[in-house]
Amino acid sequence: MRKRKIEERLFKGLMLLSTALVAVSLFLIIGTVIWKGLPYLDWDMVSKIPDGGYYFGRSGGMLNAIIGSLYVAGGATVLGMLISLPVSVYLNIYLKKSNIFARFAKLSFDVLFGIPSIVYGAFAFSLMVYLGVRTSLLGGIIAVTLLVIPIMVRTLDEVIIHVPKDLKEAALSLGATRWEMAKVYFRQIRHGVLTAVLLAFGRGVGDVAAVMFTAGFSDNIPVSLHEPAATLPLAIFFQLSSPIPEVQGRAYASALILTLFILIIVVVSTILSHKKNKSS
Amino acid sequence: MTETPHIRIQNLNVHVGDQHLLKNINIHIPDKSVTSIIGPSGCGKTTLLKSLNRLLDDIPGIRVSGSVLVDGEDIYAPHTEVTHIRKKMGLLAQRPFPLPMSIYDNVAYGPKIHGIRNKKELHVLVERYLRAVGLWDEVKTRLHGSASALSIGQQQRLCLARGLAVEPEIILGDESTSALDPISTKTIEDLIIQLKENYTIVLVTHILRQARRVSDYIIFVYMGEIIEFGPTEEVLLNPKEKLTQEYVKGFIS
Repeated sequence: MRKRKIEERLFKGLMLLSTALVAVSLFLIIGTVIWKGLPYLDWDMVSKIPDGGYYFGRSGGMLNAIIGSLYVAGGATVLGMLISLPVSVYLNIYLKKSNIFARFAKLSFDVLFGIPSIVYGAFAFSLMVYLGVRTSLLGGIIAVTLLVIPIMVRTLDEVIIHVPKDLKEAALSLGATRWEMAKVYFRQIRHGVLTAVLLAFGRGVGDVAAVMFTAGFSDNIPVSLHEPAATLPLAIFFQLSSPIPEVQGRAYASALILTLFILIIVVVSTILSHKKNKSS
Repeated sequence: MTETPHIRIQNLNVHVGDQHLLKNINIHIPDKSVTSIIGPSGCGKTTLLKSLNRLLDDIPGIRVSGSVLVDGEDIYAPHTEVTHIRKKMGLLAQRPFPLPMSIYDNVAYGPKIHGIRNKKELHVLVERYLRAVGLWDEVKTRLHGSASALSIGQQQRLCLARGLAVEPEIILGDESTSALDPISTKTIEDLIIQLKENYTIVLVTHILRQARRVSDYIIFVYMGEIIEFGPTEEVLLNPKEKLTQEYVKGFIS
């Protein structure tokens, strides 16, 4: 009897410890970013482009990188969704579960999901060389699109699989075609689709390796797809490697902006998935 | 049987992988009456029901042979369009599952996909079928509210109205009251009895008392085979086959 009690307490304690460890590291990360970044964060930071270059410049802001990140992640999310949604609908709604092609495709997406983003960057870069595209906003969008497609397909898979088969039978028994049924599915999973969009956007906005060779870097806000574009993660990388302490401090301010982006995304997607649970 | 058959099943065999789910089914289901399929769980009741509107098509590894004639047309013939077959039959599932849209749109969905676009026409249909299932007065003030806000019993009646709105000839029920409370069950049973004047109804049920209350004919299925088929009183009170006797008395379940 006593042994069981000790066991129970021991494992409860261990679980509590690991939870605390995760929570503490999260607060340490956010705390460091705020502590080091907040003194450098001002209105100029989010409203101006760098003054005197990103590497040496001690004034001006990061608007080029903020806009660049939004362009790259936004463009990639839109392109990625245009490809991923039809793929998941086809694999999960049109093809039967046992279909060899469907199984092979899903396995491929699982593998793609695990590939490091630097490989996507390198792949997109060689593709750009082949096509004669220079480092540009377009190149960055293509690389990040490749990166987010497996994330989107897997998230959508998960969402579509959890739709009860009653919905399928309800629509089909009314004489719906596959496409009409897919439209009903879409209504059922619309919150899940939004979650997939936000997850992909969050991943795209924070990734550095995919954009390093492909989007390039620029102190100016890109006005066309063929101009190089700065991104926040890459800006942080460059600023941190600067020898000037003030520029390093500005790196933390940039990190703070990026963290706020991610925070907003997480909060919005949590609210959305909450809504979904309520409505179903 | 004096009635004209509406559905004729001939030499129907269903396999999934190496399992033989339905064995040599031959039966004529009479027009404008209620036929219940009874039998122990896993005997093939639902498979038999779903073979009637080809909802089996999506099961991996399924093979269907034989024919099912509805109004003389073989629904398993290669050129038959499956949406056209399903339009003739409304399905009332085990648990109600409203489509993710408003009450109004749930009923209007079927007519819409079959080409009715005129708003007045749609409204007439929605009202007619919500009245037919006794739901109109309960929901008329919130037609555009979400269907999932209704109680389970109301949802099941909504699903029935949704099925009726495509104007089928046949209603299929797959243990349609198993998720409902006794009062909602009674409402659905009364509706079924009322609807058989205009529709051919085939139900799957595991409740013998329900089969007795609502059906005119009974099919007893055991291990994928039809053991006995006949008028309700005959099969339940005076079964010819030994297996039916044992099932009705509760020795096998």
